[in-house]
Amino acid sequence: MLKSIKGTITMLCECFTMSVRNILSNKVRSLLTILGIFIGVTAVIALITTVGGFSSSLTSSFSGMGAGTLTFSITGSDLKSGLDANDLAELTALPEVDGVTPAVSLRTRVSRDGKYETGINVAGKNAYYFSVNPDTVKRGRALNRIDDENRTFVCLINPELVEELFYGVNPIDKTMYIDGVSFTVVGILNDDASESVNDMFNGSPDILIPYTTAMKLNNVSEVTSGTIYLAEGVSSEAATSVLESTLDAMFSYEDDTYTVTSMSSIEDTMESMLGMVSTLLSGIASIALIVGGIGIMNMMLTTVTERTAEIGLKKAIGALPWHIQIQFLTESFLLSVIGGLLGVVFGLMLSMIMCSMMGAAFAINYGAIALGVGFSAAVGLIFGWAPARKASRLNPIDALRSV
Amino acid sequence: MTDTFFEMKDINKYYQMGEEQAHILKDIDLSIEQGEFLSILGPSGSGKSTLMNIIGCLDVPTSGEYVLRGTEVDTLSEKELAQIRSREIGFIFQSHQLLPRLTALKNVELPLIYAGVSPRERRRRAKEMLIRVGLEDRMNHYPNQLSGGQCQRVAIARAMVGSPSILLADEPTGALDQKTGRQVMELFHELHQEGRTIIMITHDMHIAQNARRVVHIIDGELTEGGGTADA
Repeated sequence: MLKSIKGTITMLCECFTMSVRNILSNKVRSLLTILGIFIGVTAVIALITTVGGFSSSLTSSFSGMGAGTLTFSITGSDLKSGLDANDLAELTALPEVDGVTPAVSLRTRVSRDGKYETGINVAGKNAYYFSVNPDTVKRGRALNRIDDENRTFVCLINPELVEELFYGVNPIDKTMYIDGVSFTVVGILNDDASESVNDMFNGSPDILIPYTTAMKLNNVSEVTSGTIYLAEGVSSEAATSVLESTLDAMFSYEDDTYTVTSMSSIEDTMESMLGMVSTLLSGIASIALIVGGIGIMNMMLTTVTERTAEIGLKKAIGALPWHIQIQFLTESFLLSVIGGLLGVVFGLMLSMIMCSMMGAAFAINYGAIALGVGFSAAVGLIFGWAPARKASRLNPIDALRSV
Repeated sequence: MTDTFFEMKDINKYYQMGEEQAHILKDIDLSIEQGEFLSILGPSGSGKSTLMNIIGCLDVPTSGEYVLRGTEVDTLSEKELAQIRSREIGFIFQSHQLLPRLTALKNVELPLIYAGVSPRERRRRAKEMLIRVGLEDRMNHYPNQLSGGQCQRVAIARAMVGSPSILLADEPTGALDQKTGRQVMELFHELHQEGRTIIMITHDMHIAQNARRVVHIIDGELTEGGGTADA
């Protein structure tokens, strides 16, 4: 028994060296054969690794951005279309809540001294917003509580607008028109000061004004969306449920009147979407693997035909069918795995380049590598099986006659 | 009773050729004793290759009885036939049939690989055999670096390396010129003298007469031709 195991092992080693010799003896053909597997594995590895890097970068930027906040969006019922000042005060007073920033925005035209700009994003913010985002203001002053309460006509504008409307002039304390209404410029915004998720999806606002003023410009009396900043140490799950019960009460327990979204749920959604995209693309790329497998099968069938005489001879000198089968199987397996390994190396390189181009973090995904190598090995065995079986079943007499 | 090596009784072989059934071997009776040197002489198409395939356990007869060293070959499976070939038969083909990508030494080792012999033992026995056929300085040459006669001697070494009970040679000099053919025949004589059993198949009367015993096969029928030349 032991002896036969030992014999089998030496037999496999012999198969291995013979296969290497056969593969090397026809380098061009072997290269062309493994091209399909190579391309397939390269594509799968590059896709999975790049999407993985992209999603982890996204996650880290998201968690930096939205930690400790929830966003709400009100659809409203027939009786109540949004939150009024009392509702906002009630939300702010919750122990789980540190503060609330209503989001009121409009898109309009601004002008000064005969120059004008259209399609400007104007956002209404409150004093609290500036206290939690102190980096917003580059020069001048922030909006304060008095501005909120008195609906003052003051604004902060971004450097681009300064360039367009106040070229060569200090804009502070100057007058400009927003939507035809005269405003006093009190400050200049930093370039990318915006940290809220809403801004990320809607584009950074060009002008900030008191939210109460913005509501007046929009001719609304209630707030329909905003960001809630949670008190220290409150989990977004706990806060979400408290907020939901408060809002339920405000909207008389009617269904579908509001949504509360936490950053982590947005993150989850994005991650699962990226995961789906990655799976889909990998699925498409694995078609290349199957095509590559067919290429290997084709080449192996040709090889079997070419080496009929060799097979016949080996059978005549005592090779059993499984000896022949294992030899051809080893060959297709090796071809495929070589292609797979090259594909892994090349795919990782490609993904490294793509990640650095997109500014995403590159990380080696061992699961993807195992998948690539495992898949190519499986392809080699599956598509090599039929040719190897054909070889093993050749009748030695017919095989020898083909000399 | 002397050592009867193998015995064939009423061997018939039919091949289906399209609609017709070809009767290739007709009631062959043949027995060989240990240490004999036999030639089977016949023109092409006489059935001598089929006979050789059956002797060599590459094929089984349609009817009849073939007992090789006490084993009834006609009842064996493909796997068992392969094992018998590996153990009992050393084939020598018309064109040497060496594997071009292996050295002479590796070619000779090949049958031992399938017999499950350890690498060291394999190497030792293959070297011994190559020395025996006079190729000690050609062991690491590839077949395309050897002459036709040298290749045939490598093939003989390969046939003998597993210590088979019969050397079965199919037109062993068919692809060689007269001089190298004679050298190969001399090697056969030496091997016969060492006590090996040799069966040689040929269409060439002169070559056939190297053997102690010649049988003729014509149209699938076997006739004893009597003994001929001395060793």
